[in-house]
Amino acid sequence: MKRPSLSFLSRVLAPLRAAYESLPPPVRRWTTPMLLAVFFVIALFSPSFINLYWQQVLIYVGINIILTASLNLVNGYMGEFSVGHAGFMAVGAYVASILTVWVFPRWGLGEYVPYLFPLALLIGGLAAGLTGLVIAFPSFRTRGDYLAIVTLAWNMIVKSVLENIDAIGGPRGFMGMQKLTSVAWVYVWVIITIYLLRNLVYSNFGRGTLSIREDEIASSLVSVDTRKVKITVFVVAAFFAGIAGGLFAHIIQFINPRSFSILKSTDVLVMVYLGGIGSLGGSILGATVYTVLLELLRPLQVWRWVVGPLLLVLLMIFRPYGIMGMREWRFLIPPEERVETVAALMERIRRKREAVAAPAPAGGSSG
Amino acid sequence: MPMLRIRGLTHYFGGLRAVHDFHLDLEPGELVGIIGPNGAGKTTVFNLITGVYRPTEGEILFNGHNLVGKRSDQIVSLGIARTFQTIRLFKNLSVLDNVRIAHFARASYGVLTAVFRLPKYVREEAETRERALELLELMGLSEQATWVASSLPYGLQRRLEIARALATEPRLLLLDEPAAGMNPGEIAELMELIQWIRQRFDLTIVLIEHQMRVVMGICERIKVLDFGETIAEGTPVEIQNNPRVIEAYLGEEAVV
Amino acid sequence: MQTLVQQVLNALQLGSVYALIALGYTMVYGIITLINFAHGDIFMVSTYVAFFVGTALMSQLLRLPGIVVFVLTVLAAMFATALLAVLIERFAYKPLRQAPRVSAVITALGVGLFLENFTLATIGPDPRFLPKFFPVVTFTMGGVAFSNIQIIIIAVSAVVMLLLDTIVRRTMVGMAMRAVSWDKFTAPLMGVPVDRIISITFAIGASIAAIGGTLFGMVYTVDPYMGIRIGWWAFISAVVGGIGNIRGAMIGGYILGFVEIFTPVILPASTYRDFVAFSLLLVLLIFRPYGILGRPVAQKV
Repeated sequence: MKRPSLSFLSRVLAPLRAAYESLPPPVRRWTTPMLLAVFFVIALFSPSFINLYWQQVLIYVGINIILTASLNLVNGYMGEFSVGHAGFMAVGAYVASILTVWVFPRWGLGEYVPYLFPLALLIGGLAAGLTGLVIAFPSFRTRGDYLAIVTLAWNMIVKSVLENIDAIGGPRGFMGMQKLTSVAWVYVWVIITIYLLRNLVYSNFGRGTLSIREDEIASSLVSVDTRKVKITVFVVAAFFAGIAGGLFAHIIQFINPRSFSILKSTDVLVMVYLGGIGSLGGSILGATVYTVLLELLRPLQVWRWVVGPLLLVLLMIFRPYGIMGMREWRFLIPPEERVETVAALMERIRRKREAVAAPAPAGGSSG
Repeated sequence: MPMLRIRGLTHYFGGLRAVHDFHLDLEPGELVGIIGPNGAGKTTVFNLITGVYRPTEGEILFNGHNLVGKRSDQIVSLGIARTFQTIRLFKNLSVLDNVRIAHFARASYGVLTAVFRLPKYVREEAETRERALELLELMGLSEQATWVASSLPYGLQRRLEIARALATEPRLLLLDEPAAGMNPGEIAELMELIQWIRQRFDLTIVLIEHQMRVVMGICERIKVLDFGETIAEGTPVEIQNNPRVIEAYLGEEAVV
Repeated sequence: MQTLVQQVLNALQLGSVYALIALGYTMVYGIITLINFAHGDIFMVSTYVAFFVGTALMSQLLRLPGIVVFVLTVLAAMFATALLAVLIERFAYKPLRQAPRVSAVITALGVGLFLENFTLATIGPDPRFLPKFFPVVTFTMGGVAFSNIQIIIIAVSAVVMLLLDTIVRRTMVGMAMRAVSWDKFTAPLMGVPVDRIISITFAIGASIAAIGGTLFGMVYTVDPYMGIRIGWWAFISAVVGGIGNIRGAMIGGYILGFVEIFTPVILPASTYRDFVAFSLLLVLLIFRPYGILGRPVAQKV
């Protein structure tokens, strides 16, 4: 696969990088957490200096980052083709909304709803994660196009089921949610999502996931339990889609089955492939660029809905792996996985071994 | 009790008989070659042993475990590893990751341990990284550990594929035409390598190969397949003088 | 009993249209293993072409007989839609033939949405009606009422399908199509012009969808969302029948026609139709992933 060059971006960021490198190591170690904390404080107080409209845009950016990063796990890292992400989002949105609107107040917890909001999101996420199994099991037997159809059918079924349950409003939708989603909350969930997904990606499961994308048969022939990996990936991706759905429901305060149609799934696809497959940094970038772009195009009215699909087609033809395809931002790579750390460790191992025995014939540094 | 015991292994693709009544008893430490013309069913035997296909008939016992009906990853975890006729590396992943993926079955931490970065995950990951790098260093791939696998030269890709197979800690290694596409110099290196890893990792090896030089040079025992049937079995010298083998390879006229 | 026969006729009518569209999905998949998600929207465009051409030709000035207008409308829709499909193939899919398969599928999805939103932006969301080419005549036979339009739809579809089946099985073009679908790499060595055959496949698939589109427009309304609404059902038909298999697509089309008409008869509300259709698809894919007539592909190791 061809890797797009990032020369422009890296050139722009070069001075920043140099400044960062010049810091003493203990400071460097705490730079990222410190920056994250500073941003959190900014997010917390943002309502006092950002108008409602831009707050809302920021919130959508955050929700889309969660959706994009989680779908990237399936489509980018595992190389499956899921087109039904909005289905999981719907499950999370409805479950979380039912909790905050009906269940908690009925238990006499009405006034605590704002504090119980994270719990509602979690339960919504778990419910969505559970439904992730619906896709995971068929994926044992079918791959590629057929699995794409399964995910598509799943999206349609969720929408159709929601339309037919009158108790939650059927096609009219569900409302009554408080506006609980704030910039700060979204920010926290984005950080949690990216952090957890990063840990997953750089683990045994993450490598298993990548190996399925590269060559599923070879993967099982080097001991990867592909079923376990697929279940993990689909459930985790669905879980985060559910979280995003809950956040979404508590910002627009009105959801109906049409909000979670195949169109929504396609939007997430565009963001995944715009930002770049197999890259969390790409997901952040793709979600941000696309969300902001659509907002800027608002004056075009109906025509702006032509932009997404057109962009998707052009991307596929000219840059199928997206802006950051299979590359990662440095700060998103765990320190022990960075190239220089690995090289240093290798050097140590070589010295140690050279003192003891000879390497394989024709080996050593002949490559 | 042999390490690997195959009895009456038969496989059909639709109506086509790919392997018929294949037998093999393998003692620990042996190096056995399987040769035969293209389409003789050699690779199919490997695919049947490693669970890629389920045999139509026959039994495969490995250290007392019945392999028929097991998934590939379970079979590999029991101690059988293989390489492929056409190299099947994880092309876009680093050399290190290619080897680390083969540690999959041995990792004992769960998903939650991983996503929350609990101490067990950190400890096991450090161990895996170190062992994978040690193996790479041993196999002469130390400089390339952080390279993308597809950027390796051909010979090193073969080498990495063997390293990846070794990383699963096999007792039995199945090599499918490891010398394919190599020049004479590389072939000599490869033969040396195979004998070296056999010693170093205490392996039993089955080798499919077209290069007679390799098979005759390092195998102790050879089986010859033709159209799915075993037509001869014996030491390299016996095989070289077997009329049926000569016929299968060169056609009948050559015998006369 | 009478209502049952009535419903069967309705199901056949709808199933015919699904089958005609499903053929396009299945032919393209058969030849380049691409799920052409844009096909439903190509069908949608065809109904708009039929709408504009038909309306123009029916104007009082020309005084053409209905049957002539109908034939001209169908031909115009077929031609325009075939051209559109060939252009899409040439500019959106062909550059991706060497790329990972997923890229092409996503592109198809994008092209479909583009067509839909483009139509929405230029023509607007209001439903339109095709002009009446023929006066509607209703026959009653044994208490069952059916119209001449219904008969035309069912009959024309059947003839088109028979014709296509013959083309694919008996003619040189059909043989070339099967050769390309069998082995894209060997076919050119046998003198088969692969690119042209792929273009022809897209053109045939789209023109059949255009016939379906015109017939559909004679009974139902035309709007930008029909590509998705009808297209998905046709797509399920193709998959249920075994995507890549032409006779499978026809059978699948009729099955889905029956599902759509009979679901409201059995279940309380017509809103369950999607649920039933997609669940059917899901269950089928789990237990028989290659459809009714499709065959599994062996994986090479």
